[in-house]
Amino acid sequence: MQGHSTYQPKGGVAKWLEDRLPIVGLVHSSAVAYPVPRNLNYFWTFGGILTFMLVAQILTGVVLAMHYTPEATKAFASVEKIMRDVNYGWLLRYLHANGASMFFIAVYLHIFRGMYYGSYKAPREILWILGVLIFLLMMATAFMGYVLPWGQMSFWGATVITNLFSALPGVGEAIVTWLWGGFAVDNPTLNRFFALHYLLPFIIAGVVGLHIWALHHVGQNNPTGVEVKDFRKDTLPFTPYATLKDAVALVAFLLFFSYFVFYVPNYLGHADNYIEANPLVTPSHIVPEWYFLPFYAILRAIPSKLGGVIAMFGAIAVLFVLPWLDTSKVRSGNYRPMFRIFFGLFVANAILLGWLGSKPAEQPYVAVAQAATVYYFGYFLVILPLLGWYEKTKPLPNSIAESVLGGHGTPAGAVAAPERRG
Amino acid sequence: MRLARWDGGAKALQPGAAWMREETDLLAATHDAQDPNRRDFLFLATGAAAAVGGGFLAWPFVAQMNPDASALALATTEADISQIAEGQVITVKWRGKPVFIWNRSKQQIDEANAVELSQLPDRLARNQNLPDDAPATDANRAAKDKENWLVVVGVCTHLGCVPISQQGNFGGWFCPCHGSHYDGAGRIRQGPAPENLHVPPFAFMGDTKITIG
Repeated sequence: MQGHSTYQPKGGVAKWLEDRLPIVGLVHSSAVAYPVPRNLNYFWTFGGILTFMLVAQILTGVVLAMHYTPEATKAFASVEKIMRDVNYGWLLRYLHANGASMFFIAVYLHIFRGMYYGSYKAPREILWILGVLIFLLMMATAFMGYVLPWGQMSFWGATVITNLFSALPGVGEAIVTWLWGGFAVDNPTLNRFFALHYLLPFIIAGVVGLHIWALHHVGQNNPTGVEVKDFRKDTLPFTPYATLKDAVALVAFLLFFSYFVFYVPNYLGHADNYIEANPLVTPSHIVPEWYFLPFYAILRAIPSKLGGVIAMFGAIAVLFVLPWLDTSKVRSGNYRPMFRIFFGLFVANAILLGWLGSKPAEQPYVAVAQAATVYYFGYFLVILPLLGWYEKTKPLPNSIAESVLGGHGTPAGAVAAPERRG
Repeated sequence: MRLARWDGGAKALQPGAAWMREETDLLAATHDAQDPNRRDFLFLATGAAAAVGGGFLAWPFVAQMNPDASALALATTEADISQIAEGQVITVKWRGKPVFIWNRSKQQIDEANAVELSQLPDRLARNQNLPDDAPATDANRAAKDKENWLVVVGVCTHLGCVPISQQGNFGGWFCPCHGSHYDGAGRIRQGPAPENLHVPPFAFMGDTKITIG
């Protein structure tokens, strides 16, 4: 992208370093001089928030691992020890447990942002696919992390999710035994989940690196969906503009996060997980963590084991091909009147599925979940492909600058001419 | 590249740099001049050795995940059934899983017997003491010649939860996780579970003891 490397090392040491390892120049070109569309709204701050949450989860996770014992007879007690004996252990654990929920809140908003503004469309398909991959890795990490306290929900969540693989014809049972390292979820399972839970965040960090690389190669999308045409008019340097906007959003997000950590730290968890795992008794009502509920509802909506499992994995797999399912030439939902309605329904439907997932598997919930599942897949497989042909879209602005400045190209105040301020 | 004095060798490494072209030409020339098969052979042989070696090395990494020797040492569980009253179900642990032992009443047996095979979603007995294709009649599900005793692994065949005894619409078990109903012979009747509750290998040791496994 143009307008990148404006970094000129000042002073002898900086020059010496830059000639040997141009790392300061790399940071400067990707986080300081990097041109961002000038019309980004607050929905574009979740990338930064997610990066912060990944680092925060790794930091709290590493220190928790110093006090945790991944052994079936001791794991539960070691978590209680963290809560009661370890200095600030309660804070670190609540930060980590609620941090996972915050991570998912941010990632869902980030995904919905991408879906509404068409951020998955060419040339950002790889960027989008890497994002879906990160989402999958996050789900695996969160699931295995939830098993570690070895409470009743940990144990039975692990049992139900690993048993999903038993639906595969022929090899299913062998795969499940392989995953467990035994004939039921037990100590070997806990041990390997701990090892993988420690590993996966670093894999996520690696894929995040690719995600950002792809982003900086193609440039950011923006609320108009119109590509940057003139760097001087359409963009602003990342620092201070995007950095500060991200920072403001992050502080607001951390206030929200803190409310949960300090006032309702167990609101998003389940009381049953404060009962130690018992392989002989399943809790009367088991549900996964809230961020899995929509997918859980889809699993239960299909009255067949293999069918349910296929539908659940299909609900995520369909995201990978989204760039090719949406046939519309217009990116942003702002200029697609019919898309806006269907997308709004899609968001409402996803929330409805989440609520249904928390309900017991009885009527009328199952019937509603079936209808909601039909809409979920219908949105991707029928509505989006057809809308591209039938929808009459609104006229697009000629440029990002025009959309901000009202079509005259003349700066209309301080916001439009930030370089002239103070 | 904005490097002021030296470009870190990037120019020299660009495809099509002069020295590289010369080198390529030279390689092509030697390749043609000498035996053309020698380098190809080395390349293929090394590649094949790496692939086979990689496969051999990967296997221990996969196999270590499977149950270890201690888990495989087939544990058997003995259960004392002399204290189980008529109609009562007890749970014993076998290989880390619950096993239900149910002393069924006459009425419960009759109800299970009255079910036609055509009413069953899974028509196989799933009894490890019988051939795989045995039909799911009550006689094939219950203990041989002691039809009041029903011994089943207490793991729902849907996603592995432990069903609750004597609940649900068919008088057997009800799985709270996803709503599967089993009848008085542990056969799936309604809900997402695909198979009847499995009957583990077991044998009576006299009249008061059962060995499972």
